[in-house]
Amino acid sequence: MTDPILKVRGLTKSFGGLVATRDVDLDLHAGEIHALIGPNGAGKSTLVQLISGALRPDTGSVHFDGQDVSALTTAARARKGMARTFQISSLAMEYTVLQNVVLGALGRRGDVFRFFNRVMKDQQLLEVADKALAQVGLQDVRAFRTSDLSHGQRRQLEVAVALTMEPKAFLMDEPMAGLGAEGSQQLQGFLDQLRHQAPILLIEHDMDAVFALADRISVLVYGEIIATGTVDEIRGNPAVREAYLGESAE
Amino acid sequence: MTRESFLNAVLMGFLLVVPLAAWALDEPFIITLTTRAVIFAIAGVGLNLALGFGGLVSFGHAAFFGLGGYAMGILAYHAQTYTPLMDWPFVIEGTKSMLVIWPVAIVASGLAALAIGALSLRTSGVYFIMITLAFGQMFFYFTISWSAYGGEDGLSIYVRNSFPGLNTMDPIQFFAICYGVLVLVLAGVQRLAHASFGLALRAARQNEERLQAVGQVPYRLYLTAFAISGAITGLAGALFADLNRFVSPSMLSWQTSGEIMVFVILGGVGRVYGPVAGAALFILLEHTLGGLSPYWHVYLGAILLGVVLFARGGIFGLLAGREVAHD
Repeated sequence: MTDPILKVRGLTKSFGGLVATRDVDLDLHAGEIHALIGPNGAGKSTLVQLISGALRPDTGSVHFDGQDVSALTTAARARKGMARTFQISSLAMEYTVLQNVVLGALGRRGDVFRFFNRVMKDQQLLEVADKALAQVGLQDVRAFRTSDLSHGQRRQLEVAVALTMEPKAFLMDEPMAGLGAEGSQQLQGFLDQLRHQAPILLIEHDMDAVFALADRISVLVYGEIIATGTVDEIRGNPAVREAYLGESAE
Repeated sequence: MTRESFLNAVLMGFLLVVPLAAWALDEPFIITLTTRAVIFAIAGVGLNLALGFGGLVSFGHAAFFGLGGYAMGILAYHAQTYTPLMDWPFVIEGTKSMLVIWPVAIVASGLAALAIGALSLRTSGVYFIMITLAFGQMFFYFTISWSAYGGEDGLSIYVRNSFPGLNTMDPIQFFAICYGVLVLVLAGVQRLAHASFGLALRAARQNEERLQAVGQVPYRLYLTAFAISGAITGLAGALFADLNRFVSPSMLSWQTSGEIMVFVILGGVGRVYGPVAGAALFILLEHTLGGLSPYWHVYLGAILLGVVLFARGGIFGLLAGREVAHD
Protein backbone atom coordinates (compact mmCIF):
# COMPACT_ATOMS: atom_id res chain seq x y z
CA MET A 1 0.00 0.00 0.00
CA THR A 2 1.22 3.47 -0.80
CA ASP A 3 1.99 5.95 1.95
CA PRO A 4 -1.02 7.75 3.35
CA ILE A 5 -1.55 11.40 2.37
CA LEU A 6 -2.15 12.27 5.98
CA LYS A 7 -0.39 10.36 8.73
CA VAL A 8 -1.04 11.24 12.36
CA ARG A 9 1.05 9.53 15.00
CA GLY A 10 0.84 9.61 18.78
CA LEU A 11 -0.98 12.94 18.96
CA THR A 12 -1.65 14.04 22.51
CA LYS A 13 -3.04 17.33 23.77
CA SER A 14 -4.19 18.24 27.22
CA PHE A 15 -5.73 21.41 28.60
CA GLY A 16 -4.76 21.55 32.24
CA GLY A 17 -5.81 18.24 33.71
CA LEU A 18 -8.13 17.40 30.83
CA VAL A 19 -6.66 15.16 28.16
CA ALA A 20 -8.55 16.21 25.03
CA THR A 21 -6.58 14.05 22.64
CA ARG A 22 -4.79 10.90 23.76
CA ASP A 23 -2.20 9.14 21.65
CA VAL A 24 -4.15 9.35 18.40
CA ASP A 25 -2.97 7.52 15.28
CA LEU A 26 -4.86 8.21 12.08
CA ASP A 27 -4.25 7.66 8.37
CA LEU A 28 -5.94 9.11 5.34
CA HIS A 29 -5.24 7.30 2.08
CA ALA A 30 -5.70 8.47 -1.48
CA GLY A 31 -9.22 8.04 -2.79
CA GLU A 32 -10.92 7.37 0.53
CA ILE A 33 -13.34 9.03 2.83
CA HIS A 34 -12.27 8.43 6.36
CA ALA A 35 -14.96 9.43 8.80
CA LEU A 36 -14.23 10.49 12.34
CA ILE A 37 -17.16 10.05 14.67
CA GLY A 38 -17.64 10.28 18.37
CA PRO A 39 -20.10 11.51 20.95
CA ASN A 40 -20.22 15.18 21.93
CA GLY A 41 -17.17 16.22 23.84
CA ALA A 42 -15.10 13.36 22.47
CA GLY A 43 -12.46 15.79 21.23
CA LYS A 44 -13.23 15.78 17.52
CA SER A 45 -12.82 19.53 17.15
CA THR A 46 -9.56 19.49 19.09
CA LEU A 47 -8.22 16.76 16.86
CA VAL A 48 -9.17 18.70 13.73
CA GLN A 49 -7.43 21.78 15.09
CA LEU A 50 -4.32 19.76 15.87
CA ILE A 51 -4.25 18.37 12.35
CA SER A 52 -4.91 21.74 10.69
CA GLY A 53 -2.34 23.50 12.84
CA ALA A 54 -4.64 25.79 14.81
CA LEU A 55 -3.49 24.03 17.98
CA ARG A 56 -0.08 22.66 18.88
CA PRO A 57 0.05 19.11 20.25
CA ASP A 58 1.97 18.27 23.44
CA THR A 59 3.47 15.25 21.72
CA GLY A 60 3.06 13.44 18.44
CA SER A 61 3.44 14.31 14.80
CA VAL A 62 1.44 15.10 11.70
CA HIS A 63 2.82 14.07 8.33
CA PHE A 64 1.18 15.41 5.21
CA ASP A 65 2.02 14.40 1.66
CA GLY A 66 5.24 12.74 2.81
CA GLN A 67 6.45 15.71 4.87
CA ASP A 68 6.48 16.35 8.58
CA VAL A 69 4.25 19.40 8.97
CA SER A 70 4.08 19.30 12.78
CA ALA A 71 5.93 22.59 13.13
CA LEU A 72 4.04 24.46 10.39
CA THR A 73 1.32 27.06 10.89
CA THR A 74 -2.24 26.68 9.65
CA ALA A 75 -1.46 28.90 6.70
CA ALA A 76 1.62 26.91 5.71
CA ARG A 77 -0.29 23.64 5.93
CA ALA A 78 -3.05 25.12 3.80
CA ARG A 79 -0.49 26.09 1.16
CA LYS A 80 0.67 22.48 1.08
CA GLY A 81 -2.83 21.47 0.04
CA MET A 82 -4.59 20.74 3.32
CA ALA A 83 -7.98 22.21 2.55
CA ARG A 84 -10.29 22.75 5.46
CA THR A 85 -13.98 23.48 5.72
CA PHE A 86 -15.44 24.67 8.97
CA GLN A 87 -18.20 23.50 11.23
CA ILE A 88 -19.67 26.97 11.23
CA SER A 89 -19.27 28.53 7.80
CA SER A 90 -16.21 30.68 7.83
CA LEU A 91 -16.26 32.95 4.83
CA ALA A 92 -15.71 36.62 4.07
CA MET A 93 -19.38 37.51 4.45
CA GLU A 94 -19.19 40.98 2.88
CA TYR A 95 -17.59 39.59 -0.24
CA THR A 96 -19.39 38.21 -3.23
CA VAL A 97 -19.32 34.49 -3.88
CA LEU A 98 -16.80 35.11 -6.64
CA GLN A 99 -14.54 37.20 -4.41
CA ASN A 100 -14.43 34.38 -1.89
CA VAL A 101 -13.29 31.82 -4.43
CA VAL A 102 -10.86 34.24 -6.05
CA LEU A 103 -9.43 34.79 -2.58
CA GLY A 104 -8.86 31.05 -2.33
CA ALA A 105 -7.15 30.92 -5.70
CA LEU A 106 -5.05 33.95 -4.78
CA GLY A 107 -4.05 32.46 -1.44
CA ARG A 108 -2.99 29.31 -3.22
CA ARG A 109 -0.96 31.20 -5.80
CA GLY A 110 0.57 33.16 -2.93
CA ASP A 111 1.25 36.58 -4.46
CA VAL A 112 -0.93 38.63 -2.12
CA PHE A 113 1.61 41.44 -1.85
CA ARG A 114 0.72 43.06 -5.14
CA PHE A 115 -0.61 46.56 -4.79
CA PHE A 116 -1.56 47.75 -8.25
CA ASN A 117 -2.94 44.75 -10.13
CA ARG A 118 -6.64 44.22 -10.72
CA VAL A 119 -7.23 41.02 -8.87
CA MET A 120 -10.85 40.55 -9.96
CA LYS A 121 -9.75 40.79 -13.59
CA ASP A 122 -6.97 38.24 -13.27
CA GLN A 123 -7.90 35.60 -15.86
CA GLN A 124 -5.82 32.89 -14.23
CA LEU A 125 -7.54 33.36 -10.86
CA LEU A 126 -10.99 33.71 -12.43
CA GLU A 127 -10.53 30.47 -14.33
CA VAL A 128 -9.70 28.56 -11.14
CA ALA A 129 -12.54 30.29 -9.30
CA ASP A 130 -15.17 29.65 -11.94
CA LYS A 131 -14.15 26.02 -12.27
CA ALA A 132 -14.60 25.54 -8.53
CA LEU A 133 -17.96 27.32 -8.56
CA ALA A 134 -19.16 25.20 -11.45
CA GLN A 135 -18.10 22.04 -9.68
CA VAL A 136 -20.25 22.81 -6.63
CA GLY A 137 -23.05 24.33 -8.71
CA LEU A 138 -22.82 27.92 -7.56
CA GLN A 139 -21.97 29.58 -10.88
CA ASP A 140 -25.40 31.22 -11.07
CA VAL A 141 -24.95 33.09 -7.80
CA ARG A 142 -21.35 34.15 -8.33
CA ALA A 143 -22.23 37.85 -8.07
CA PHE A 144 -24.29 37.41 -4.89
CA ARG A 145 -23.07 38.77 -1.62
CA THR A 146 -22.08 35.86 0.59
CA SER A 147 -24.21 37.05 3.49
CA ASP A 148 -27.25 36.77 1.17
CA LEU A 149 -26.66 33.08 0.50
CA SER A 150 -28.70 30.34 2.11
CA HIS A 151 -27.06 28.18 4.71
CA GLY A 152 -26.70 25.32 2.25
CA GLN A 153 -25.14 27.57 -0.39
CA ARG A 154 -22.58 28.78 2.13
CA ARG A 155 -21.60 25.20 2.81
CA GLN A 156 -21.18 24.66 -0.91
CA LEU A 157 -19.11 27.82 -1.15
CA GLU A 158 -16.81 26.57 1.60
CA VAL A 159 -16.18 23.49 -0.47
CA ALA A 160 -15.65 25.62 -3.57
CA VAL A 161 -13.02 27.72 -1.80
CA ALA A 162 -11.35 24.50 -0.62
CA LEU A 163 -11.32 23.32 -4.24
CA THR A 164 -9.39 26.40 -5.38
CA MET A 165 -6.58 25.39 -3.05
CA GLU A 166 -5.48 22.51 -5.30
CA PRO A 167 -6.19 20.28 -2.31
CA LYS A 168 -4.29 17.10 -1.66
CA ALA A 169 -6.72 16.28 1.15
CA PHE A 170 -9.90 17.74 2.59
CA LEU A 171 -10.49 18.25 6.27
CA MET A 172 -14.22 18.68 6.63
CA ASP A 173 -15.71 19.58 9.96
CA GLU A 174 -19.39 18.63 9.94
CA PRO A 175 -20.21 19.74 6.40
CA MET A 176 -23.79 18.48 6.77
CA ALA A 177 -24.49 20.44 9.93
CA GLY A 178 -27.67 22.47 9.63
CA LEU A 179 -28.57 21.22 6.17
CA GLY A 180 -32.05 19.93 5.48
CA ALA A 181 -32.65 16.37 4.32
CA GLU A 182 -32.48 17.37 0.68
CA GLY A 183 -29.36 19.45 1.15
CA SER A 184 -27.61 16.64 2.98
CA GLN A 185 -28.54 14.22 0.24
CA GLN A 186 -27.15 16.56 -2.40
CA LEU A 187 -23.91 17.21 -0.56
CA GLN A 188 -23.55 13.52 0.14
CA GLY A 189 -23.68 12.75 -3.58
CA PHE A 190 -21.13 15.47 -4.19
CA LEU A 191 -18.68 14.26 -1.55
CA ASP A 192 -19.01 10.75 -2.92
CA GLN A 193 -17.50 12.01 -6.17
CA LEU A 194 -15.07 14.38 -4.53
CA ARG A 195 -13.05 11.59 -2.89
CA HIS A 196 -11.56 10.74 -6.28
CA GLN A 197 -10.12 14.24 -6.52
CA ALA A 198 -8.65 14.19 -3.02
CA PRO A 199 -9.31 12.06 0.04
CA ILE A 200 -11.56 13.43 2.76
CA LEU A 201 -11.23 13.30 6.50
CA LEU A 202 -14.87 13.72 7.40
CA ILE A 203 -16.01 14.75 10.84
CA GLU A 204 -19.75 14.24 10.81
CA HIS A 205 -22.68 13.78 13.13
CA ASP A 206 -25.08 12.58 10.48
CA MET A 207 -24.75 8.81 10.87
CA ASP A 208 -26.68 7.98 7.71
CA ALA A 209 -24.27 10.07 5.70
CA VAL A 210 -21.26 8.57 7.44
CA PHE A 211 -22.39 5.00 6.89
CA ALA A 212 -23.23 5.74 3.28
CA LEU A 213 -20.01 7.54 2.42
CA ALA A 214 -17.15 6.33 4.55
CA ASP A 215 -14.63 3.79 3.42
CA ARG A 216 -13.31 3.65 6.94
CA ILE A 217 -14.51 5.02 10.23
CA SER A 218 -12.57 5.93 13.35
CA VAL A 219 -14.41 6.30 16.61
CA LEU A 220 -13.17 8.86 19.07
CA VAL A 221 -14.21 8.62 22.71
CA TYR A 222 -12.73 10.80 25.44
CA GLY A 223 -9.93 11.83 23.11
CA GLU A 224 -8.95 8.31 22.29
CA ILE A 225 -9.57 6.34 19.13
CA ILE A 226 -11.24 3.18 20.35
CA ALA A 227 -11.77 1.58 16.96
CA THR A 228 -10.95 2.02 13.29
CA GLY A 229 -12.46 -0.08 10.58
CA THR A 230 -14.91 -0.43 7.73
CA VAL A 231 -18.54 0.50 8.15
CA ASP A 232 -19.52 -3.08 8.92
CA GLU A 233 -16.72 -3.57 11.40
CA ILE A 234 -17.67 -0.43 13.27
CA ARG A 235 -21.35 -1.26 13.23
CA GLY A 236 -20.63 -4.62 14.77
CA ASN A 237 -18.04 -3.45 17.26
CA PRO A 238 -19.45 -3.88 20.78
CA ALA A 239 -17.14 -1.30 22.35
CA VAL A 240 -18.32 1.29 19.85
CA ARG A 241 -21.94 0.42 20.45
CA GLU A 242 -21.47 0.86 24.14
CA ALA A 243 -19.46 4.04 24.08
CA TYR A 244 -20.98 5.82 21.17
CA LEU A 245 -24.48 4.56 20.72
CA GLY A 246 -25.04 4.46 24.45
CA GLU A 247 -26.15 0.87 24.44
CA SER A 248 -24.74 -1.67 26.78
CA ALA A 249 -23.10 -4.51 24.95
CA GLU A 250 -24.79 -7.65 26.07
CA MET B 1 -21.61 54.84 -12.83
CA THR B 2 -22.47 53.54 -9.38
CA ARG B 3 -23.95 55.75 -6.70
CA GLU B 4 -20.67 55.58 -4.86
CA SER B 5 -18.55 56.85 -7.74
CA PHE B 6 -21.14 59.56 -8.38
CA LEU B 7 -20.86 60.62 -4.76
CA ASN B 8 -17.07 60.56 -5.04
CA ALA B 9 -17.22 62.89 -8.04
CA VAL B 10 -19.65 65.28 -6.32
CA LEU B 11 -17.45 65.38 -3.26
CA MET B 12 -14.25 66.06 -5.15
CA GLY B 13 -16.04 68.64 -7.29
CA PHE B 14 -17.35 70.40 -4.19
CA LEU B 15 -13.85 70.55 -2.69
CA LEU B 16 -12.65 72.13 -5.93
CA VAL B 17 -15.47 74.57 -6.56
CA VAL B 18 -15.58 76.07 -3.07
CA PRO B 19 -12.00 77.37 -3.00
CA LEU B 20 -12.19 78.49 -6.63
CA ALA B 21 -15.31 80.50 -5.87
CA ALA B 22 -13.64 81.88 -2.74
CA TRP B 23 -10.63 82.79 -4.86
CA ALA B 24 -12.83 84.63 -7.34
CA LEU B 25 -14.58 86.44 -4.48
CA ASP B 26 -11.27 87.13 -2.77
CA GLU B 27 -12.04 85.17 0.39
CA PRO B 28 -8.67 83.63 1.31
CA PHE B 29 -10.00 82.38 4.63
CA ILE B 30 -12.41 79.99 2.90
CA ILE B 31 -9.55 78.72 0.74
CA THR B 32 -7.48 78.02 3.82
CA LEU B 33 -10.43 76.30 5.46
CA THR B 34 -10.88 74.02 2.45
CA THR B 35 -7.16 73.33 2.39
CA ARG B 36 -7.45 72.24 6.00
CA ALA B 37 -10.28 69.87 5.05
CA VAL B 38 -8.22 68.46 2.18
CA ILE B 39 -5.22 67.82 4.42
CA PHE B 40 -7.38 66.22 7.10
CA ALA B 41 -8.90 64.10 4.37
CA ILE B 42 -5.45 62.81 3.41
CA ALA B 43 -4.78 61.91 7.05
CA GLY B 44 -8.14 60.17 7.22
CA VAL B 45 -7.56 58.24 4.00
CA GLY B 46 -4.34 57.05 5.59
CA LEU B 47 -6.01 55.91 8.79
CA ASN B 48 -8.85 54.34 6.81
CA LEU B 49 -6.38 51.93 5.27
CA ALA B 50 -5.68 50.48 8.71
CA LEU B 51 -9.06 51.07 10.34
CA GLY B 52 -11.41 50.56 7.44
CA PHE B 53 -9.67 47.93 5.34
CA GLY B 54 -7.73 46.14 8.04
CA GLY B 55 -10.09 46.64 10.97
CA LEU B 56 -7.17 47.98 13.00
CA VAL B 57 -8.52 50.61 15.37
CA SER B 58 -5.41 52.71 15.81
CA PHE B 59 -5.66 55.38 18.45
CA GLY B 60 -2.10 56.52 17.83
CA HIS B 61 -2.17 57.96 14.34
CA ALA B 62 -1.44 61.42 15.69
CA ALA B 63 2.12 60.14 16.17
CA PHE B 64 2.49 59.71 12.41
CA PHE B 65 0.69 62.97 11.68
CA GLY B 66 3.07 64.71 14.10
CA LEU B 67 6.14 62.93 12.79
CA GLY B 68 5.33 64.23 9.32
CA GLY B 69 4.87 67.68 10.83
CA TYR B 70 8.18 67.56 12.65
CA ALA B 71 9.95 66.18 9.57
CA MET B 72 8.89 69.35 7.80
CA GLY B 73 9.52 71.58 10.83
CA ILE B 74 13.02 70.32 11.53
CA LEU B 75 14.19 70.40 7.93
CA ALA B 76 12.77 73.87 7.37
CA TYR B 77 14.08 75.16 10.71
CA HIS B 78 17.64 74.17 9.82
CA ALA B 79 17.26 75.66 6.37
CA GLN B 80 16.01 78.99 7.69
CA THR B 81 18.69 79.19 10.39
CA TYR B 82 21.41 78.00 8.00
CA THR B 83 22.52 75.31 10.44
CA PRO B 84 23.16 71.74 9.39
CA LEU B 85 20.90 69.00 10.74
CA MET B 86 24.02 67.08 11.63
CA ASP B 87 27.63 67.47 10.69
CA TRP B 88 29.11 64.17 11.70
CA PRO B 89 29.91 61.68 10.16
CA PHE B 90 28.58 63.57 7.17
CA VAL B 91 26.75 66.82 6.77
CA ILE B 92 22.99 66.89 6.34
CA GLU B 93 21.56 70.28 5.49
CA GLY B 94 18.01 71.41 6.12
CA THR B 95 15.76 72.09 3.17
CA LYS B 96 12.81 74.22 2.18
CA SER B 97 11.79 72.06 -0.75
CA MET B 98 8.52 70.15 -0.42
CA LEU B 99 9.78 67.56 -2.87
CA VAL B 100 12.50 66.63 -0.38
CA ILE B 101 10.43 67.13 2.76
CA TRP B 102 7.58 64.87 1.64
CA PRO B 103 9.67 61.74 1.07
CA VAL B 104 11.39 62.33 4.41
CA ALA B 105 8.00 62.66 6.14
CA ILE B 106 6.68 59.57 4.38
CA VAL B 107 9.70 57.42 5.19
CA ALA B 108 9.99 58.61 8.80
CA SER B 109 6.34 58.04 9.64
CA GLY B 110 6.22 54.81 7.62
CA LEU B 111 9.18 53.39 9.53
CA ALA B 112 7.69 54.49 12.84
CA ALA B 113 4.43 52.79 11.87
CA LEU B 114 6.34 49.66 10.95
CA ALA B 115 8.00 49.56 14.37
CA ILE B 116 4.86 50.46 16.34
CA GLY B 117 2.78 48.08 14.23
CA ALA B 118 5.21 45.20 14.66
CA LEU B 119 4.77 45.44 18.42
CA SER B 120 1.12 46.49 18.62
CA LEU B 121 -0.18 43.91 16.16
CA ARG B 122 0.73 41.15 18.57
CA THR B 123 -2.39 42.25 20.40
CA SER B 124 -5.88 42.86 19.11
CA GLY B 125 -9.16 44.48 20.06
CA VAL B 126 -9.12 46.82 23.05
CA TYR B 127 -5.47 46.03 23.77
CA PHE B 128 -4.50 47.15 20.29
CA ILE B 129 -6.34 50.45 20.80
CA MET B 130 -4.62 50.97 24.14
CA ILE B 131 -1.13 50.09 22.98
CA THR B 132 -1.34 52.38 19.94
CA LEU B 133 -2.60 55.13 22.25
CA ALA B 134 0.36 54.48 24.54
CA PHE B 135 2.83 54.76 21.66
CA GLY B 136 1.11 57.93 20.53
CA GLN B 137 1.45 59.45 23.99
CA MET B 138 5.08 58.38 24.13
CA PHE B 139 5.83 60.38 20.97
CA PHE B 140 3.75 63.28 22.30
CA TYR B 141 5.72 63.58 25.54
CA PHE B 142 8.95 63.13 23.66
CA THR B 143 8.22 66.19 21.48
CA ILE B 144 7.18 68.21 24.54
CA SER B 145 10.53 67.63 26.14
CA TRP B 146 12.53 68.02 22.92
CA SER B 147 13.85 71.47 23.71
CA ALA B 148 16.17 71.60 20.70
CA TYR B 149 13.06 71.97 18.55
CA GLY B 150 10.95 74.24 20.70
CA GLY B 151 9.65 71.74 23.21
CA GLU B 152 6.12 72.62 24.20
CA ASP B 153 6.19 75.83 22.12
CA GLY B 154 6.84 74.03 18.87
CA LEU B 155 8.60 75.38 15.81
CA SER B 156 7.61 78.30 13.60
CA ILE B 157 8.55 78.55 9.95
CA TYR B 158 8.71 82.02 8.39
CA VAL B 159 7.67 81.13 4.88
CA ARG B 160 6.04 78.07 3.43
CA ASN B 161 8.30 75.55 1.79
CA SER B 162 8.77 75.76 -1.91
CA PHE B 163 7.30 73.78 -4.74
CA PRO B 164 8.79 74.11 -8.23
CA GLY B 165 6.91 76.61 -10.34
CA LEU B 166 4.41 77.67 -7.69
CA ASN B 167 4.12 80.38 -5.10
CA THR B 168 3.16 78.39 -2.04
CA MET B 169 2.34 81.48 0.01
CA ASP B 170 -0.61 82.12 -2.31
CA PRO B 171 -3.53 80.27 -0.67
CA ILE B 172 -5.04 79.00 -3.89
CA GLN B 173 -1.72 77.66 -5.16
CA PHE B 174 -1.01 75.91 -1.89
CA PHE B 175 -4.54 74.52 -2.02
CA ALA B 176 -3.85 73.17 -5.50
CA ILE B 177 -0.80 71.31 -4.20
CA CYS B 178 -2.74 69.71 -1.34
CA TYR B 179 -5.65 68.84 -3.60
CA GLY B 180 -3.26 67.23 -6.05
CA VAL B 181 -1.71 65.16 -3.28
CA LEU B 182 -5.19 64.07 -2.13
CA VAL B 183 -6.13 62.99 -5.65
CA LEU B 184 -2.93 60.97 -5.99
CA VAL B 185 -3.35 59.34 -2.58
CA LEU B 186 -6.98 58.47 -3.33
CA ALA B 187 -6.03 56.98 -6.69
CA GLY B 188 -3.31 54.92 -5.05
CA VAL B 189 -5.56 53.65 -2.27
CA GLN B 190 -8.31 52.90 -4.78
CA ARG B 191 -5.90 50.77 -6.81
CA LEU B 192 -4.64 49.07 -3.70
CA ALA B 193 -8.19 48.27 -2.57
CA HIS B 194 -8.84 46.46 -5.85
CA ALA B 195 -5.46 44.74 -5.97
CA SER B 196 -4.49 41.37 -4.54
CA PHE B 197 -3.35 43.06 -1.36
CA GLY B 198 -6.68 44.81 -0.87
CA LEU B 199 -8.70 41.65 -1.43
CA ALA B 200 -6.62 39.72 1.09
CA LEU B 201 -6.47 42.56 3.63
CA ARG B 202 -10.20 43.12 3.68
CA ALA B 203 -10.76 39.38 3.91
CA ALA B 204 -8.50 39.35 6.97
CA ARG B 205 -10.65 42.01 8.59
CA GLN B 206 -13.80 40.01 7.92
CA ASN B 207 -12.45 36.63 8.92
CA GLU B 208 -8.88 35.81 9.91
CA GLU B 209 -9.61 32.12 10.06
CA ARG B 210 -10.69 32.19 6.43
CA LEU B 211 -7.51 33.91 5.35
CA GLN B 212 -5.37 31.35 7.14
CA ALA B 213 -7.38 28.55 5.61
CA VAL B 214 -6.39 29.83 2.17
CA GLY B 215 -2.76 29.81 3.22
CA GLN B 216 -2.11 33.43 4.13
CA VAL B 217 -0.92 35.09 7.34
CA PRO B 218 -3.02 38.07 8.56
CA TYR B 219 -0.17 39.61 10.57
CA ARG B 220 1.95 40.41 7.51
CA LEU B 221 -0.98 42.01 5.73
CA TYR B 222 -1.89 44.06 8.79
CA LEU B 223 1.66 45.24 9.31
CA THR B 224 2.05 46.30 5.69
CA ALA B 225 -1.28 48.13 5.78
CA PHE B 226 -0.35 49.82 9.05
CA ALA B 227 2.98 51.04 7.65
CA ILE B 228 1.41 52.44 4.47
CA SER B 229 -1.35 53.96 6.58
CA GLY B 230 1.18 55.69 8.83
CA ALA B 231 3.16 56.95 5.85
CA ILE B 232 0.10 58.58 4.26
CA THR B 233 -0.91 60.19 7.54
CA GLY B 234 2.67 61.42 7.91
CA LEU B 235 2.51 63.09 4.52
CA ALA B 236 -0.69 64.82 5.62
CA GLY B 237 1.15 65.97 8.74
CA ALA B 238 3.90 67.59 6.66
CA LEU B 239 1.29 69.47 4.64
CA PHE B 240 -0.62 70.50 7.76
CA ALA B 241 2.50 71.94 9.37
CA ASP B 242 3.23 73.74 6.12
CA LEU B 243 -0.28 75.16 6.00
CA ASN B 244 0.10 76.64 9.48
CA ARG B 245 3.84 77.29 9.10
CA PHE B 246 3.98 75.87 12.56
CA VAL B 247 4.44 72.51 14.20
CA SER B 248 3.92 71.77 17.86
CA PRO B 249 3.30 68.77 20.12
CA SER B 250 -0.46 69.39 19.87
CA MET B 251 -0.30 67.69 16.46
CA LEU B 252 0.64 64.52 18.34
CA SER B 253 -1.97 64.75 21.07
CA TRP B 254 -4.47 61.96 21.48
CA GLN B 255 -7.23 64.39 20.55
CA THR B 256 -5.68 64.56 17.09
CA SER B 257 -5.81 60.76 16.88
CA GLY B 258 -9.45 60.96 17.86
CA GLU B 259 -10.22 63.62 15.27
CA ILE B 260 -8.64 61.62 12.46
CA MET B 261 -10.76 58.69 13.59
CA VAL B 262 -13.84 60.90 13.53
CA PHE B 263 -13.18 61.77 9.85
CA VAL B 264 -13.16 58.09 9.02
CA ILE B 265 -16.25 57.19 11.06
CA LEU B 266 -18.28 60.21 9.89
CA GLY B 267 -17.47 59.52 6.26
CA GLY B 268 -17.88 55.78 6.27
CA VAL B 269 -15.42 53.19 7.52
CA GLY B 270 -13.78 51.26 4.72
CA ARG B 271 -15.00 53.49 1.88
CA VAL B 272 -12.06 54.90 -0.07
CA TYR B 273 -13.54 58.42 -0.30
CA GLY B 274 -15.25 58.19 3.10
CA PRO B 275 -12.66 60.22 5.04
CA VAL B 276 -12.89 62.99 2.43
CA ALA B 277 -16.58 63.38 3.21
CA GLY B 278 -15.87 63.04 6.92
CA ALA B 279 -13.14 65.68 6.96
CA ALA B 280 -15.20 68.08 4.85
CA LEU B 281 -18.19 67.69 7.16
CA PHE B 282 -15.96 68.08 10.22
CA ILE B 283 -14.52 71.36 8.95
CA LEU B 284 -17.99 72.56 7.97
CA LEU B 285 -19.30 71.79 11.46
CA GLU B 286 -16.24 73.28 13.11
CA HIS B 287 -16.77 76.46 11.12
CA THR B 288 -20.54 76.79 11.49
CA LEU B 289 -21.07 75.35 14.98
CA GLY B 290 -17.77 76.82 16.17
CA GLY B 291 -19.22 80.23 15.30
CA LEU B 292 -22.24 79.57 17.52
CA SER B 293 -20.47 78.37 20.60
CA PRO B 294 -16.97 77.62 21.79
CA TYR B 295 -18.43 74.36 23.08
CA TRP B 296 -19.29 73.15 19.59
CA HIS B 297 -17.74 69.78 20.31
CA VAL B 298 -20.88 68.94 22.26
CA TYR B 299 -22.89 69.10 19.05
CA LEU B 300 -20.20 67.21 17.17
CA GLY B 301 -20.43 64.54 19.85
CA ALA B 302 -24.19 64.31 19.42
CA ILE B 303 -23.82 63.98 15.66
CA LEU B 304 -21.15 61.33 16.05
CA LEU B 305 -23.37 59.45 18.45
CA GLY B 306 -26.16 59.58 15.89
CA VAL B 307 -23.88 58.24 13.18
CA VAL B 308 -22.60 55.40 15.31
CA LEU B 309 -26.06 54.43 16.55
CA PHE B 310 -28.16 54.93 13.45
CA ALA B 311 -25.92 55.26 10.42
CA ARG B 312 -23.06 52.85 10.88
CA GLY B 313 -21.87 53.36 7.32
CA GLY B 314 -21.44 57.11 7.89
CA ILE B 315 -22.17 59.58 5.10
CA PHE B 316 -21.30 57.04 2.43
CA GLY B 317 -23.43 54.34 3.99
CA LEU B 318 -26.32 56.77 4.11
CA LEU B 319 -26.02 58.21 0.60
CA ALA B 320 -24.39 55.44 -1.42
CA GLY B 321 -25.87 52.37 0.27
CA ARG B 322 -23.84 49.38 1.20
CA GLU B 323 -20.70 48.76 -0.71
CA VAL B 324 -21.16 47.21 -4.13
CA ALA B 325 -18.76 44.46 -5.02
CA HIS B 326 -16.40 45.63 -7.70
CA ASP B 327 -15.29 43.23 -10.37
